[in-house]
Amino acid sequence: MKTILSAAAAGVLFAIGLGVGGMTDPAKVRGFLDVSGDWNPSLAFVMAGALLTHGLLRVVILRRRTRPVFEPTFSAPAAGRVDARLLSGAALFGIGWGLSGYCPGPAFTALSNGTAAAATFVVAMLVGMQVFGIVERLFAGRGTTVSGPAAAEAETSRLSGT
Amino acid sequence: MSPFLLPLLGGVLIGLSASALLYFNGRTAGVSGIAAGLLGARPGPWGWRAAFLGGLVGGGFLVQRVMPGAFGDVPGSAALPLLAMAGLLVGFGTRMGNGCTSGHGVCGISRGSRRGIAATITFMVTGALSVFLLRTLTGGAA
Repeated sequence: MKTILSAAAAGVLFAIGLGVGGMTDPAKVRGFLDVSGDWNPSLAFVMAGALLTHGLLRVVILRRRTRPVFEPTFSAPAAGRVDARLLSGAALFGIGWGLSGYCPGPAFTALSNGTAAAATFVVAMLVGMQVFGIVERLFAGRGTTVSGPAAAEAETSRLSGT
Repeated sequence: MSPFLLPLLGGVLIGLSASALLYFNGRTAGVSGIAAGLLGARPGPWGWRAAFLGGLVGGGFLVQRVMPGAFGDVPGSAALPLLAMAGLLVGFGTRMGNGCTSGHGVCGISRGSRRGIAATITFMVTGALSVFLLRTLTGGAA
């Protein structure tokens, strides 16, 4: 229960941060990305504020605690290679972001408006996620000669996104 | 008041949120990953994921109350096809790339993650290109 409450509170705080920072306004986001046009740099300050804050607090937290307050272990993502999949995925995400001015966080936050725009984007986003999941399974099912424990482990860590 | 004070403050709140999720739940505040996890892409309990996303929506209600202009102009029905396509790309791309602006950008870079840095640079570049192309193709109407 406590994990639920803390996660919910974190979500609320995140949304407020997005709103205060202007990330909930697609025009401001696209203004930031509009480097050659009417550039709006304010989102750089959002990122700077977030990085400074979380960068610092993260170090403090991990130094002072061996486990999170409400969970037995930290589920920190493992380091991994910069590979084609990462870069391709990021590239596609960026296109969608630039076209709409929405990324996942602001999109969910905007659902509170009950607009067709927000709902359309979020539904499409969830569909896109599912589509990738299907594509990934299709490609994992054929063409890969997974053999031996090392190969299996590599496959597992790849699928879990590490 | 500097026009960048509120954005900075917003960023600080986002950073606090990510730190809180780490401190209490031990989780990464990467929204795409949290959503994908709800769809079954990641192992483990789903309760906290639903709670976080619900918090985003709930926080949105608060933002609406206190800062009514924060969501900007609502895109009209003419924009829906574009939004749908963009949503598909964002969903597909964030799963393929395992992250988004919060996951790779805020959390990844905060960790000094090479993947985070590389991904962030990449989506910023393609994002900028997309805005440029869209603006050029629509003559600035979009």
